[in-house]
Amino acid sequence: MRYVSILWVAYRALGQNKLRSFLTVLGIIIGVAAVIAMLAVGQGARDAVQAQIASLGTNVLIIFPGAANQGGVRMEAGTAQRLTEDDARAIRRYCPAVQYVTPVVRTGAQVVAGTQNWRTVVYGAYPEYFIIRDWSLERGRLFTETDLRGATKVCLIGRTIATQLFGDADPVGQTIRIRNIPFKVLGVLAPKGQNAFGQDQDDIIVAPFSTVQKRLMGVTHANTILVSARSVSEIREAEAQITQLLRDRHRLMPNEENDFTIRTQVDIARAADATSRTMAMLLASIAGISLLVGGIGVMNIMLVSVTERTREIGIRMAVGAREVDIMAQFLIEAVVLSVSGGLIGIVLGIFASRTLTRLQGWPVSLPPEAIALAFLFAVAVGVFFGWYPARKAARLNPIEALRYE
Amino acid sequence: MVEAPLISIRKLIKVYRFGEVEVPALQGVDLDIYRGEFVAIMGPSGSGKSTLMNLIGCMDVPTSGEYELDGINVRRLSKNELARIRNKKIGFVFQAFNLLARATVLENVELPLIYADGISGRERRARALRALELVGLADRVHFYPTQLSGGQQQRVAIARAIVNDPVLILADEPTGNLDTRTSAEIMGVFQQLNERGITIVLVTHEPDIAQFAMRIVEMRDGQIHRIRPVENRRRAEVGSWNGVPGTRSRIPAEGPPDRLRTVGPALP
Repeated sequence: MRYVSILWVAYRALGQNKLRSFLTVLGIIIGVAAVIAMLAVGQGARDAVQAQIASLGTNVLIIFPGAANQGGVRMEAGTAQRLTEDDARAIRRYCPAVQYVTPVVRTGAQVVAGTQNWRTVVYGAYPEYFIIRDWSLERGRLFTETDLRGATKVCLIGRTIATQLFGDADPVGQTIRIRNIPFKVLGVLAPKGQNAFGQDQDDIIVAPFSTVQKRLMGVTHANTILVSARSVSEIREAEAQITQLLRDRHRLMPNEENDFTIRTQVDIARAADATSRTMAMLLASIAGISLLVGGIGVMNIMLVSVTERTREIGIRMAVGAREVDIMAQFLIEAVVLSVSGGLIGIVLGIFASRTLTRLQGWPVSLPPEAIALAFLFAVAVGVFFGWYPARKAARLNPIEALRYE
Repeated sequence: MVEAPLISIRKLIKVYRFGEVEVPALQGVDLDIYRGEFVAIMGPSGSGKSTLMNLIGCMDVPTSGEYELDGINVRRLSKNELARIRNKKIGFVFQAFNLLARATVLENVELPLIYADGISGRERRARALRALELVGLADRVHFYPTQLSGGQQQRVAIARAIVNDPVLILADEPTGNLDTRTSAEIMGVFQQLNERGITIVLVTHEPDIAQFAMRIVEMRDGQIHRIRPVENRRRAEVGSWNGVPGTRSRIPAEGPPDRLRTVGPALP
């Protein structure tokens, strides 16, 4: 079969210039390896973000108040003070898809313990807050319904606060002053680390809702209401039930917009995923450029090869090679270059991503489609950049080619 | 019944165009060459003999006029069909040998068969070996061209020319790079092939070499000046090149190596 022979010819031609062939292939190797490694890093980052979001609890809904409207001037979202503790209680009572509910108030405050002070955010919530956020205690105990009813001055502090105010000492049972009001520390929350957007989740103080609302802030509304659905599949149902309930309670006419917004973890996850996807695309396209440069290297060498072998082409044409035969010979040569580069690049890319995990601790994950994609891309580069030199060879005039020195 | 000529050329005109300038290379050539003939085409450089050779060899197409080879009108053929004719009907022998330097003798001879459909690797090899036996190089099949003398290289080229059983061999100054004695040997090979029935058309500017042919076509200014039969035709001593081991391994004494040209990448 003639194409077996042509493949053999291509193989021989490449073998005759081992160093040159290797350097050409190196461009493809580096390109493919970079694409593979970058896809792995990008995918790994996405997986990590997904995992972090899952750790927040995927069945959580957050209800924000709408924008305040003062004489027709609408303020930013969340400024309205229309959510109340009663709303939260009503949700608990009347929405069957909802499992846990807590109203949340939030205020920035300076906290002092001994000689240390720190600026942080103080949250007021029900004890359910910790169930909804799947947050456990490192030490100490939670506040109770009794604390809630009595608006007692107790609090739980995050890992960051504990470290900043007490260093290595045990904060449980100690007193801290929040806006000069003494609070007893009941416990320390287990560290949660940064959230998907890089905020320190452990820089937080949580106290009973009534305590923060009345004693610290002196307001009657809630900033947000945090809700967990009975299951992930009931999120949409819970959202619908809450929407209906709150519209009724806020006496909204059918033509009026909601004066609140419900966001689910699904929405937040989608936003975070879009961010990490953009990063992954960016990484892959930079790697793709290096593959493109490798392809240009293939084209360059193929052009040199065609010029060098002008006489050979003339001889082949004289003994009966058709244009398509010459074209096939050089195209196969280019594809052999890029395919071998692709294969070595894949191995190298997998190795590189493994090394990144081991040395840098980066999460990497390499889906098989990414490998297939990188390989196909390498073959395409070979065909694309081999086409022009091959056609140039095939279009040579046999008489002039034979006369070429 | 009169036998039809193998090559029939009528009013053949070839004009090369370089931008605005037109250079007439052939200005109306009529020529018939019959099966089994051995014809030498002679003429000074620029007389159009190489152009005529390229047209006969189907490497180029005429500007106008008719050319029939073995009953096929070449003018109407596509590039692919021309390649097929070169492959099946014509064997080329060049002054510069034009062997592939990186391929062995055997691979060089097999080359035309690669481009002919439906020939298995085994058959290619068998046919190439037969052709090499015919030119007395059966013991050099695994050598590379650069390991051979000029005369031996030209014999490899001849083996390549005959491997596909062509009706016609076109030899373009085949002795131009060889010394007198080797030239005579090579011409002997041609004469033997001719006696086996292969038509041979030879381009040369050496009168001595032309004397090996049966007819001489003299060209001048793109036209045939005259055609004359060869008197006192030279005969190579058959046997001096074929079957005598001593003559085959005589590598030097066939001209300085710098005159041996093979194909390969030029050194930088």
